[in-house]
Amino acid sequence: MSMHLTRAGARGRPAFYNDPRIRSLAYQFVLCAVIAFLVYGAVANAVDNLRRAHIASGFGFWDASAGFDISQTLIPYSAQTSTYGRAFWVGLLNTLLVAGLGIVLATALGFLVGIARLSKNWLLAKCAAGYVEIIRNIPLLLQLLFWYNAVLKSLPDVRDSIALPGGAFLNNRGLFLPAPNFLHGFETVIVAAGVGLAAAFGFGRWARRRQERTGERAPVLWVTLIFVVGLPAAVFALRGFPLSFDYPQAGRFNIIGGFEVLPELVALLFGLTIYTAAFIAEVVRAGILAVARGQTEAAYSLGLKPGLTLRLIVVPQAMRVIVPPLTSQYLNLTKNSSLAVAIGYPDLVQVFTGTVLNQTGQAVEVVAITMLVYLTISLVTSLVMNIYNRRVALVER
Amino acid sequence: MRRSAAEHETTEIAFVRRTPLAPQPPPKTMTGALGWLRANLLSTPLNVALTVGVALLLAFAVPELVRFLIVDAVWTGEGRDACLESVQHREIGACWPFIWERLPYFIYGSYPIPERWRVDLFFAMLAVAIAWLMWLDAPRRDLGVFYAFVVLPICAYVLLHGVAAFGLPVVDTVLWGGVLVTLVVASVGIACSLPLGIMLALGRRSRMPAVRLLSTVFIEFVRGVPLITVLFMASVMLPLFVPQYLEPDKLLRALIGIALFASAYMAEVVRAGLQAIPRGQYEGAMAIGLRYWAMMRLVILPQALRITIPNIVNTYIGLFKDTTLVFIVGIFDFLRTIEVARIDPKWATPVTSTTGYAVAAIFYLVFCYGMSRYSRAVEARLAAGESR
Repeated sequence: MSMHLTRAGARGRPAFYNDPRIRSLAYQFVLCAVIAFLVYGAVANAVDNLRRAHIASGFGFWDASAGFDISQTLIPYSAQTSTYGRAFWVGLLNTLLVAGLGIVLATALGFLVGIARLSKNWLLAKCAAGYVEIIRNIPLLLQLLFWYNAVLKSLPDVRDSIALPGGAFLNNRGLFLPAPNFLHGFETVIVAAGVGLAAAFGFGRWARRRQERTGERAPVLWVTLIFVVGLPAAVFALRGFPLSFDYPQAGRFNIIGGFEVLPELVALLFGLTIYTAAFIAEVVRAGILAVARGQTEAAYSLGLKPGLTLRLIVVPQAMRVIVPPLTSQYLNLTKNSSLAVAIGYPDLVQVFTGTVLNQTGQAVEVVAITMLVYLTISLVTSLVMNIYNRRVALVER
Repeated sequence: MRRSAAEHETTEIAFVRRTPLAPQPPPKTMTGALGWLRANLLSTPLNVALTVGVALLLAFAVPELVRFLIVDAVWTGEGRDACLESVQHREIGACWPFIWERLPYFIYGSYPIPERWRVDLFFAMLAVAIAWLMWLDAPRRDLGVFYAFVVLPICAYVLLHGVAAFGLPVVDTVLWGGVLVTLVVASVGIACSLPLGIMLALGRRSRMPAVRLLSTVFIEFVRGVPLITVLFMASVMLPLFVPQYLEPDKLLRALIGIALFASAYMAEVVRAGLQAIPRGQYEGAMAIGLRYWAMMRLVILPQALRITIPNIVNTYIGLFKDTTLVFIVGIFDFLRTIEVARIDPKWATPVTSTTGYAVAAIFYLVFCYGMSRYSRAVEARLAAGESR
């Protein structure tokens, strides 16, 4: 392109079709025209095809009665009276539930495995490496099917339920946990927990400011523990322990009472946690290895103990490297939770793109809404991520 | 005075070593197997505990695995009775006769038996293409690219789908299945995603705002949604968007979905490679008068793609695993054939599912682990220049 410009300087104006600006405008115009033509054709075809198949369009179905049952509902829902819109929210909440639980569990397991891979213990490091290599190279769908069909479905049936410590039962219909009963006065405990959390946060800020100003360290860990655990516990005791548990009872044909966790949810959580943890382990390992050796050596030569070195020197620097890919693993986990459809856990895709789509036949609207939900989650996460990145990015001189 | 006292003292010493001692070997506990054990397994109490814990876990898991897969496994038999504990009166491990009997189904799906040589020929041609492209010192790799991206797709279509004029009866894609479908989906995804991904990556870095905007929107949109929804879109929405007489084949719809999905991820990988090329390379190419496409083809892309080979292969691994998702939109890939066969009443036993899944796991593990070893080998080869 620069050649045209020099030539132009020597011989006067170039032909208009050789002007890079005009060319670029022409290319863009052609591209937009082609895309517009394709979109127009697609819409025209869709309208035509929908009319021929007598499928309604628009979002009128949102308020129509759903008429199908969902096996796990976090908000009140009934097949007779609830609408498709309600079913959408039920599915979305189920997706968020499994994603939230999965993220917590996968982070814990992933950090453990990642650190184990760097352990000086040869056996542990090799086992962690084996775990990562095997799990990463087997499709998640296969792992989900394995956990659901080969493990959970071959558990004993209700009569021979496995009794777990703490009054829980496990059988091929799921996991039955003691259900908490919140008695009168529990609200104050929740309020106390909130107050404690805020106080701990405030104390942490104050301690950090003071340390930056004077160099004195405050016992942050203990104070935080007292605020976050001690305060609610004390209020809990003062109000006379306003909590009881409804233990599941093993009956002949069913387990009565308690809190039932669907086998689909258990399988999905197992699969997602184990699969994502392998990826998180690699992220953690790479992050820790990215901290230059000199940092650790300098900390040791200042006389810091290994534990303090890890906490004050290595981890803060590693987190800068770890957090962005970790977030994308969280997003992957959320997107992968849509594989629930293969084992019948009622997540957004199973409820909405599965049942609602089949009942209404409104493919365009249903798929568009589903995609929009995931897209929103992704975009919001990357927005938050960008803000975080800007805050922790190395300030280069 | 002082000196004589010192002399007096030295005479008192009975023995003074005049020659240095020969170096002694390090203590036995610090070298060899024992030293290694001490340093790597038993250095601290925590390490001892970890070692014992992991060893116990392995001592439980490994024999159990060997027992299931080999010792207690059933190797021959006809039908489910061979693998039933109540009939055989012994512990039953994996049910291999189920796999032997169903192997053709796992490989070809319901492809007509007299036509299966066509699939075999396709497998052979695919193997040649893969070997030619993966062997970095192979002769005439440019011909290899031509073969893999032009000759092979045409031959594969003629062979697998069939063209009546060539005397090859048409085999409907509904009958395709098993490893055949998995490899077809993966190959199409691999072959389409790289060129498409390169175009999208160049588009995203283009100076034309419309091109940049369209590429960015497409990439971010596809990467923001799960593959399942893309497949649903391809399988239920695509037929609406085309005229009715053009109703695309079910497998083709899934292929389009996979190719679009993979190309968005590939675009980001290629973009990272493009960003890693120093500005001087672009400026140098422009300074010698290369136009945009010539600059990309001759200067930038060869370097960018070279450093991204490991990441490209990693994307391919992800793609290979993702091919299992076509299962959900009703295509009989390898995993689906396992899933169908395992609930067949003829082989219904408590161990059938686990056996089927074990075979599937080994299949995917071999392919994906192979690819990841390859990518690491390439990485080491590329890094050789920098380690000098």
